[in-house]
Amino acid sequence: MFAPAPFLLKDVSVSQVMIQVCVALIPGIAAYASLVGPAILVQLVIATLAALIAEAVMLKVRGKPLALFLTDGSAIVTAWLIALTFPPLAPWWLVVTGTVFAIVVAKQLYGGLGQNPFNPAMVAFAICIVAFPALMSQWPSVGLQLSLIEQMNIILGWAPRVDALSGATPLDAMKTALKLGDGSFDVATLLANQDIYGNFAGRGWEWVAAGYLLGGLWLWHRKLITWHVPLAFIASLTLVSGALWLYNPAQFASPLFHILSGGAMLGAFFIATDPVSGCTTPRGKLIFGAGCGLLAYIIRVFGGYPDGVAFAVLLMNLSAPVIDLLTQPPVFGMKDKA
Amino acid sequence: MLMNLFKFKGGVKPPSNKLQSNHLPIAQAPMPSRLVVPLHQSIGGTPRPVVEAGDKVLKGQVIGNADGWISAAVHAPTSGTVLEVAMHIRPHPSGLDSLCVVIEPDGKDKWITRTPIDHKAVPPADVFHHLQQCGIVGLGGAGFPAHGKLTPTKGVPMDELIINGAECEPFITCDDLLMRERAEEVVRGIALFRDLLQPKTVIIGIEDNKPEAIAAMRAAVDAQKEPFSVVAVPTLYPAGGAKQLIRVLTGKEVPGSMRSTADMGVQVFNVGTAYSAWRAIAHGEPLISRILTITGNVHAPRNYEVLIGTPMGELLALAQPHPDTDGILMGGPMMGFLVPNPQVPVVKTTNCLIAHDDRLFPPKAPEMPCIRCGACARACPHELQPFEMYWFSRAKNFGKTQEYNIFDCIECGCCSYVCPSRIPLVQYFRFAKSEIWAREREKNASDQAKTRFEFKQLREEREKADKAEKLAKAAAAQAAKKAAEAAAAAAESSASPTPDAPTAPLVAATTDAPSATVTPENDAKRATIEAAMARAKAQREAVQPKNTESLTAEQQKVAAEIEARRVTAHLIEPEPAAPAPTSEKPE
Repeated sequence: MFAPAPFLLKDVSVSQVMIQVCVALIPGIAAYASLVGPAILVQLVIATLAALIAEAVMLKVRGKPLALFLTDGSAIVTAWLIALTFPPLAPWWLVVTGTVFAIVVAKQLYGGLGQNPFNPAMVAFAICIVAFPALMSQWPSVGLQLSLIEQMNIILGWAPRVDALSGATPLDAMKTALKLGDGSFDVATLLANQDIYGNFAGRGWEWVAAGYLLGGLWLWHRKLITWHVPLAFIASLTLVSGALWLYNPAQFASPLFHILSGGAMLGAFFIATDPVSGCTTPRGKLIFGAGCGLLAYIIRVFGGYPDGVAFAVLLMNLSAPVIDLLTQPPVFGMKDKA
Repeated sequence: MLMNLFKFKGGVKPPSNKLQSNHLPIAQAPMPSRLVVPLHQSIGGTPRPVVEAGDKVLKGQVIGNADGWISAAVHAPTSGTVLEVAMHIRPHPSGLDSLCVVIEPDGKDKWITRTPIDHKAVPPADVFHHLQQCGIVGLGGAGFPAHGKLTPTKGVPMDELIINGAECEPFITCDDLLMRERAEEVVRGIALFRDLLQPKTVIIGIEDNKPEAIAAMRAAVDAQKEPFSVVAVPTLYPAGGAKQLIRVLTGKEVPGSMRSTADMGVQVFNVGTAYSAWRAIAHGEPLISRILTITGNVHAPRNYEVLIGTPMGELLALAQPHPDTDGILMGGPMMGFLVPNPQVPVVKTTNCLIAHDDRLFPPKAPEMPCIRCGACARACPHELQPFEMYWFSRAKNFGKTQEYNIFDCIECGCCSYVCPSRIPLVQYFRFAKSEIWAREREKNASDQAKTRFEFKQLREEREKADKAEKLAKAAAAQAAKKAAEAAAAAAESSASPTPDAPTAPLVAATTDAPSATVTPENDAKRATIEAAMARAKAQREAVQPKNTESLTAEQQKVAAEIEARRVTAHLIEPEPAAPAPTSEKPE
C-alpha cells in the first residue's frame, strides 16, 4: 500500500467549488427572472444540456473518464454564464452554438478542465456577437410582459421575433442616443426617462447587479475568490468613468450607472475571477481586475459593441501569463531582498 | 508576560485529534523480545559499530561511535547480548535496509557506569563532546545532533533561544505529555542550552491547544526563577516548523536557503531535546528511550516511554489496534509515512505511531487537473506558488521549479491538504527535488570526469613538450660534441684549428632550444607538430651509430684519439656529422 503524506485532506473538491459558484449565481438569476420573466430559466436549461452533451462527446473522443469530469460542474458554470450574458430571448440555437463552441473549442480542444487560456463563456459571447450581431443585440423592451409559453415560442423559433424584442440594453440605448444626439440628448435627460433607466442603471437591472454582488460577496466570504479582482475591476471602472463624468457629465454617465449596468457586476465577481484563465498572484489579480474594468469601459463607451466586459476579459486573459510572470511575490524570508 | 506575536502567511487547521491520547499519563512500554537499533539515526555521519555478534552489552553502552562532528553515538537500550550487526529495514519511506545492531535483552536492564558532568565547571567543548557521546539529537523531527547547534555563528550575536513545544501536527501528544509531567527537567535542559549559547532571551513556544503543558512549563520556569517566557502561540499548522515558530515569536523570517537559523541569531530546540540533554548532563544517561504517542485506529491511545529499537508492531499492540487497521503511520498525518512493515524499529526521531485505516484516513479521490485556484499558494507557509511548481515538476522542467524556489519547500503538506483537485503536490515536489539532486550528482560526476580528462590531456602535452625539449637539448649537445670532435680531429690532422668551428653548432643549439621549450599554454597544434618533429628526429638518430653516446669522458677521449689517428692515417674520411645541427632546423 502506497500513499503519500499528507494523510489528512480538507473536504474540498472541484465539483464543490463549481457548485458553490452556481449557488452564488442564484440571487442574480432570481432578480433577472423577475425582471425578464422565466425565459432566462429556459435558457439556463438549454445551455446546461448543450454544455453537458458537448462535454460528454468531447471527453469520450479524448478518452477521458466521463463520470469524473462530467460531474466536476465546470461545464455547468460555463453554461450558466453564457445563458446569463446572452439576450434572454435569443433563439435556442444561438445559445447552443455559443455553448458548444465554448465547450468544444475554447475548453476541450485546449485540453479540458484547467487548460483553457481563455474564459470559455466569454469566447462564446465574443464569437456570437461577431457572427450574429443583430441577434446578440436584441433585448426585450422594458415592460414587455410575455408569458412563459410566449417566451418559449420565441426562443424555440415557433413565434415571430416581434419588434418588441429589438430593444437594447440601457447601456446600448444610452450610447446610441448619445452618439446620434445632435446635442439634444444628454445623460441627465436620458436618465430622466424612468421607463428605461429606472433609478440608477436601467429599470430593474440594478437589482440583477445587486444579486450578483450579493452572490459574489458570499463567494469571497467562502474564500472561493479573493477580493483583488472584483475590487480592482470595480475601482478602475469607477475611476475612469468617474473622471470622464466629472469632466463632462452631459456626455458621460456616472460611475454608478456603469457599475450597475451591463455585465460589470457579473464580470467582476464571476467572470474575471475565473482562476484558470486569470491571474493568480495577488498583484497580478489587481492588475488583471483593473485592466478588465478599464478595457470594459473603453469598449462599451467608445467601441462598437453594446458591452465591453467579454472583450475586456479576453484581452486580459491574453495578458495573464506575462502579468503572473512579472508579479511573482517574494517568498518567505526573501522580502527585503526582492 | 505579554508578548507581541507575529503571523506567518498560510497554514491550515486540520482537526487536531490530540484529545484521544493526551488524557492518560505516560506509561512505560514493556521490554521487547528483541531490539533492532539502527546505527544511522541522525543527520550526519553514520556511527561506526563497535560491537560484534556475541558481545555482552550493558544498558547505555556505546554500540556505535560518532563518525565526524555532525554525528552522534548510538547506545544499547538495555543490557543483553548482541545477536548480530547486520542490515535490517529502517523506518524510512524507501523501505531500504541499513546497518543495525540487534540485541537480545537479558532482562536485567543493568546500566553501564554513568558519568554526569557539571556543565558549568568544564569547558563547552567537553559539554559538546559529552552530548555527542550520549547521542543527543534533535527529537523534533530531523534529528540534527544537538551539540552541532550549540555554537553561535561567528559574528552574529545570539538574540533568541527558542524552545519548540508547539507540536502542531495532528494526533501527536508526546511533547504535550513530556511538558506536563517532566517540565522541571525540560526547563533545566533549556537552562543548559542557555548557558552554552548565551542568548539575550529565551522563549518557549507552545500551541494554545495545550493549556496544561503551558501551565506546567510556567510553573517550572517560575520555580527555577528563570527569566524564560512561556508563550502560547495560535494553533495553526505548521506553527511548529522551526522557521514558522521563529517568525511567530520574533518576527524574523529565515530564508529557506539559509541552513542554520543561528546565522540570524536564533536557535531552536525541541522540548524533548532539552529534556534528553539534561538527562545526559545531570545523570549521564545517553539517549536510549523516548516518549512516543500511539494513537489512531486503536482502542487505547496513549503515550509511552519506549526503548529505541523496539519494533513498531509490538508497540502498536499495546494500544490494541482495531482489526481493520491496515498499516502503521510513523509521525503525524501531515508529514509522516506508512512504515514498510511492523518489524521496523523505533528510532530517536519517532514521535508518533498512528494505526492507519480507511475511516480515519479515507482513500484519496482521483486526481483532477489543476484549476489554478491558488488555494495552495494561500496555504503555503513559505509563500511559494505550489501550482506553478507542480506544473513545472509535472513537465519535468526542473530548472523552472528552482526558479520558483522549490528548495524552500518544507514539505509540510499544506498545499496538498487544501487542493480541491486532490493533487499530491508534495509528492511532485519531492520527485522534482530528487531528480534535481540526481542530476546534480551526475553533473558533478561528469564534471569530475571532464576535469580529469582535461588534466590528463594537459599532462600528456606537457610530457610531450618536456620530451621534445629534452630530445632537442640532447641532440644539440650531441651535435656540439660531434662538432667538437670533428674540430678536434681536424685540428689534430691539419694542426691549423679553425677557432669558430666548435662555436657554430653551439649557437645553432641555443637558438633552437627555445622553440622546443613549449609551455603548456601553447596551442596543442604547435605541441603536436613539435612532438612529431622530435619523434622524427629521434628516429633519425636511432638509425645513426649510437654506441658512442653513453661513453664516459675518458672513453670518448680514447675514441677521439683513435679516430684522429685513423683520420691521420687516411683510413677513413672525416665523419660527415659535423654539419648535423643544420638538419635540426625546421624543413
